[in-house]
Amino acid sequence: MADQTLDAKGLNCPLPILKAKKALTAMPAGATLEILATDPGAVKDFAAFCRTTGHELVEQSVDGNVYRFVLKRKA
Amino acid sequence: MTDSSGSKSMSIIVTKGSLDWAYPPFILSTTAAAMGLNVTLFFTFYGLSLLLKDLDLKMTPLGNPAMKMPMMGGHMGMPNFASMIPGVDAGATVMMQNMMKKKGVASIPELRALALESEVRMIACQMTMDLFEYTLDDMIPGIELGGAASYIEVATQSEINLFI
Repeated sequence: MADQTLDAKGLNCPLPILKAKKALTAMPAGATLEILATDPGAVKDFAAFCRTTGHELVEQSVDGNVYRFVLKRKA
Repeated sequence: MTDSSGSKSMSIIVTKGSLDWAYPPFILSTTAAAMGLNVTLFFTFYGLSLLLKDLDLKMTPLGNPAMKMPMMGGHMGMPNFASMIPGVDAGATVMMQNMMKKKGVASIPELRALALESEVRMIACQMTMDLFEYTLDDMIPGIELGGAASYIEVATQSEINLFI
């Protein structure tokens, strides 16, 4: 269970990334953020976002047309 | 420029001010800022209109054969002469705005506000401000004025420099 959930369903690039970044900034290091998105581009983009920023992509799954990501805020 | 915090930098020269061309600079700058980069946008010529307090962005199919809108199950372009008919450009603009809203694409005012919020530095070209008779009062707060040398200084310190 993630510490916080961000519903980014229906939003298109780059809004899921921008909202995730905003949420992560307000969270303590090590906390986890669950993101729900319907933008198929989010799969590659969250991977790239995490590689560049150092936040950890700890979980990723898809249920129908909803993509789910769990990010762990970097220290 | 990799600064003391280890952040990289990106600059973009923004030269176009139509609704469609407003997207790339604001999408890339907000995303780069979210990924920890220091971002500077340098607005010149028609790009200046993206800094106006009163945004009135329009687009035209004129001279743009690649602009094909999804319509009746296919994609439809528009011949150049159609743009001369009153209301066609306005119609194309409304159509694009509706399509964007439906697909969850952010609006330009929304992206611009997010860019300011994430401390994207915005420089308006002094020469083109004078040329088109704009003053800082016409523009949103939080921007600065500068010239070519100001841009080059930023560019020499940036890993990514784009022209849009």
